[in-house]
Amino acid sequence: METLKYLMETLNNLFLIIAEFIRGLFADPHSVWANLTMNVINFIIVVIIVVLAALILILLERKVAGWTSQRPGPNRLGPRGWFQTIADALKLMGKEDVTPAGADKFIFKIAPMIIFCLPMMTLAVIPYGRGMAPIDIDLGIFYFVAISSISTLCFLMAGWGSNNKYSLLGGMRAVAQMISYEIPLLFSLLGVVMITQSFNLGVIVEAQGTIPFIVLQPIAFVIFMIAGLAELNRAPFDLVEADQEVVAGPFTEYTGLRWGLFFLGEYGNMTAMSALAATVFLGGWQGPGFLPGYVWFFMKVGVMIFIMMWVRWTFPRIRIDHLMHLAWKVLLPLSIVNILLTGLGIYIYRFVMGG
Amino acid sequence: MGTIVFFIFAILSIAAAWMVVTSKNIVHSALYLALSFSGVAVLYILMNADFLAAVQLLIYTAAVSLMVIFAVMLTLRGDICESNTENKSWFAGALVSGLLFVVIGLVVFTNADWRVLAAPWTSGGSAEDFSLLLLTRYMIPFEAAAVLLTVALVGAVILAKGVNESK
Repeated sequence: METLKYLMETLNNLFLIIAEFIRGLFADPHSVWANLTMNVINFIIVVIIVVLAALILILLERKVAGWTSQRPGPNRLGPRGWFQTIADALKLMGKEDVTPAGADKFIFKIAPMIIFCLPMMTLAVIPYGRGMAPIDIDLGIFYFVAISSISTLCFLMAGWGSNNKYSLLGGMRAVAQMISYEIPLLFSLLGVVMITQSFNLGVIVEAQGTIPFIVLQPIAFVIFMIAGLAELNRAPFDLVEADQEVVAGPFTEYTGLRWGLFFLGEYGNMTAMSALAATVFLGGWQGPGFLPGYVWFFMKVGVMIFIMMWVRWTFPRIRIDHLMHLAWKVLLPLSIVNILLTGLGIYIYRFVMGG
Repeated sequence: MGTIVFFIFAILSIAAAWMVVTSKNIVHSALYLALSFSGVAVLYILMNADFLAAVQLLIYTAAVSLMVIFAVMLTLRGDICESNTENKSWFAGALVSGLLFVVIGLVVFTNADWRVLAAPWTSGGSAEDFSLLLLTRYMIPFEAAAVLLTVALVGAVILAKGVNESK
């Protein structure tokens, strides 16, 4: 029994032990060079997480699509179609890289690169396990939202740089949609911040040791899910790339791997948003002790991603005036009411507990 | 280390600001403005004002996209490459901005309390003390700004939707 407990403890802290070992290779474990090395290693791990997540999710999306519409999905390449992603990537690499003649070349080329950088920056502050945040900053949530808000600008850059009317329309839709939904997204997170009194994601996970915040903040969770889906431009909120209306929105003129970067960025952002939801509302790495914390964390992220895909293949696209109506007249007042109720709740709790 | 980072991003911000003024294409100007704002955000982090840096990214950099939209919608010229041609009265502009710079410089240098601290002066992160100050010492300016923004929002809605002019 003791050995089992010890084994569990070791498994739980496996990555921390490895990190300590690497630090121990330096003469002074806390010198600048040791910190720099650890930062580089952390960065590489985050990049690997983003790329791996994108590779897995591309296949998973098709499988979920097949499951929802009662068909097998891709099943020709490899066992049960697992090599489909590799074939897709090879196909994308083989395509000609076209830059439209009238394009604003620099903007056109830099937009997909920036959009692929953003999930790496946001995933770097997520705590993957006890003490396992690659960068532990006090303003975790705020930093996350601030960085992900830049993606609006990238969509507009892509739409503008393509010099195509459908691209520009898509870019403008992206701005209208993403700036509107940023507000309920932020406000839904505020309730949790009020309870924990901290923006730090590590502290927020620690505070969920007894009860995950989805129980205390159910309205906030629903608002967060809707606003998060809209921020990611995924169906039913995929007006930015609605193919029946604006061809493919900002992506119309992109070919080959440039388009692939947008695709990877979308899945990276989806992973980041799911990771934030799992951290803030589902308890992050907290869970029953028979599995290591990081396994719990990735299971929760997986469940969130599955729900997002399920929603995508179930609901039809929302109309643009309904979209704005939902953001400004339903979600925004609801999130403000949620903040008020949370404040009242905290006040009553303190009054009752005599704090 | 901090000095090197400071000079890299200070030069980046100023160069981007210069390009905002001189760029012929108004969309390029707006995007350079975003770059300049991001550089300033890094400078805020160097001054231990990380909350302000995040606000800078969230409010200013992201809002540049709105500015691009207005630039695109309100520009009447056929060719976007000549949408931001240089104004003839650049001397007056230089005079005004020079005077403004001198005034800000005077305020900064005459205020004895203006210095960068080695460590953050706050105990529990800058957001916490920032909010405490906002809700106690600077309560009235904060509320006035909130009222002003609400009035602006209501005004924008009325301008867009129109009112029933029944007499």
